[in-house]
Amino acid sequence: MSLLSLHGLSVTVGARQVCRDLDLRLEAGQSWGLLGANGTGKTTLLHTLAGLRPPSAGEIRLNGVPLHALPRRQLARQLGLLPQDSVDPMPATVLETALIGRHPHLGLWQWESPADLALARTALAAVELADAETRPVGTLSGGERRRLALATLLTQAPRIHLLDEPTNHLDLRHQVGLLTLLRERVRDQGGLLVMSLHDLNLAARFCDHLLLLFGDGEVLAGPAAQVLAPAHLQRLYGHPIAVVESEGRRAFVPA
Amino acid sequence: MPVLSHRRSHRFAVFAALTALALFSLLLALGAGSVPVAPAELWAALRGEAAGVGGPVVLELRLPRALSAFVTGGLLALAGCLTQVLLRNPLADPYILGISGGAATAALLGIAAGLGGAWLSGCAFAGALLSMFLVFGLARGRGGWTSTGLLLTGVVVAAGWGALISLLLAIGPEQSLRGMLFWLMGDLGQARGWGFGAALLLAGLAAALALARSLNLLARGEVQASVLGVAVTPLRLALFFLASLLTAAAVTIAGSVGFVGLVVPHLLRLIVGGDHRLLLPAAALGGGSFLVLADTLARTVIAPQQLPVGVLSALIGVPLFLFLLRRHGSGA
Repeated sequence: MSLLSLHGLSVTVGARQVCRDLDLRLEAGQSWGLLGANGTGKTTLLHTLAGLRPPSAGEIRLNGVPLHALPRRQLARQLGLLPQDSVDPMPATVLETALIGRHPHLGLWQWESPADLALARTALAAVELADAETRPVGTLSGGERRRLALATLLTQAPRIHLLDEPTNHLDLRHQVGLLTLLRERVRDQGGLLVMSLHDLNLAARFCDHLLLLFGDGEVLAGPAAQVLAPAHLQRLYGHPIAVVESEGRRAFVPA
Repeated sequence: MPVLSHRRSHRFAVFAALTALALFSLLLALGAGSVPVAPAELWAALRGEAAGVGGPVVLELRLPRALSAFVTGGLLALAGCLTQVLLRNPLADPYILGISGGAATAALLGIAAGLGGAWLSGCAFAGALLSMFLVFGLARGRGGWTSTGLLLTGVVVAAGWGALISLLLAIGPEQSLRGMLFWLMGDLGQARGWGFGAALLLAGLAAALALARSLNLLARGEVQASVLGVAVTPLRLALFFLASLLTAAAVTIAGSVGFVGLVVPHLLRLIVGGDHRLLLPAAALGGGSFLVLADTLARTVIAPQQLPVGVLSALIGVPLFLFLLRRHGSGA
């Protein structure tokens, strides 16, 4: 059974159709990239996959169970989303913010245990924020906030990771480092990674499957090696893209 | 686990300090006034064994008034915390959604009609509930149950009540004006029903604590809360009704006492942090103590003249709040 499967899924936002009657199986261990020009509905599709908004038709199943049949808390133990922007209007420390990832795993009156704390600390170390535990979130830079949001997701420890432009604000080293970490994590633990990206080179490097949103309801899904053809990419972005081979790796350059 | 134990000891220290502050404020309120009662005599007075006028003054006048102040302050501060999460705005006030306006309009109508005592409390509570359902219905009718929709509806309804209050003050009978003004400013001189308020405070605190971890998530935005397993709409509804009921109880006891619900949660957030599991009980204790101290000042500072407590709480609250706002403005 597929970890996540889409059955006749149609998603619309306003007047725009994101996908139409889409059938797709996302298997454990896979890393999917979601590509599309601005405003083609990448965020909307991710939110639909996370169960935050209902599809206009069809359904999404997690291990064969329709998403809408799962209580939110139960869903949150298996599926996590890294939102495109994180907002922190209320004061909180870095450690507290990472620890909220444990919420779906804790009972009503339960406090975080030392094991939960250890999980949060491991996650903060993984995103190189171990020294920032007691810092107020308000004092973090954009990139540090992004890494903290990732640490919260790692602390939540879901099987399915939905990431909305995870590399926003991140420098090159952290982009590669964190995407490597996430990909290895889903491979080792039989999880699933679905992320929207704007960088074709990161998509080629870290995704084994891609889903292209053309913005008119048409999509193209499949193994990355097949989908990443210049013709598809030109249609996707409305701009010609050249492919350069270097050291056995393909690089994509806007022509 | 040094940090966990540090957190635990920090938690303990905060609550020990707040409990001490609460006891100190209550003892001060019982002892201070035109008939000073020494701390040593308070215990005897409370057991009804004191000689002279001290006993009845403490037991029949100051104790109910101090407890009313404590309960009102606790209710308002707790409601303030909840409103601030509901509207995702650390500067929101529990009165912002029009609850106090509805209560005031009904209470002023009651005063104009010559009602007093329990009837007046009943009017205020009914007015608060009416306003609560009005805002709820109108905000719901707008389609989305969003923070902005709720805020706009509440502010507009509150403005409507404000106009009615002005109208009542303009055409109300001359002899009721003073009572009306005292009610609007918040006054504990006529306070009653603190037992009912205390029960609601305890029940409200218990209910809020059950939601506390979810509140931590909601404060970080709807999407973040949802993906971490919070059913956002039911939580918002629960928050709205809980905050409204607590506010209704507070204004029923003492009228529209200002600034407690705004300043106390904000101040305590700087001290205990943003975790609502600590913030909510801290706000109940801190808000209670704040209002007891303000009321003690209100009835002693130019004795024998008694000031409405709302004047004192605002006089303390406004500079305190401006100070916090300036510090906060640079930090976040």
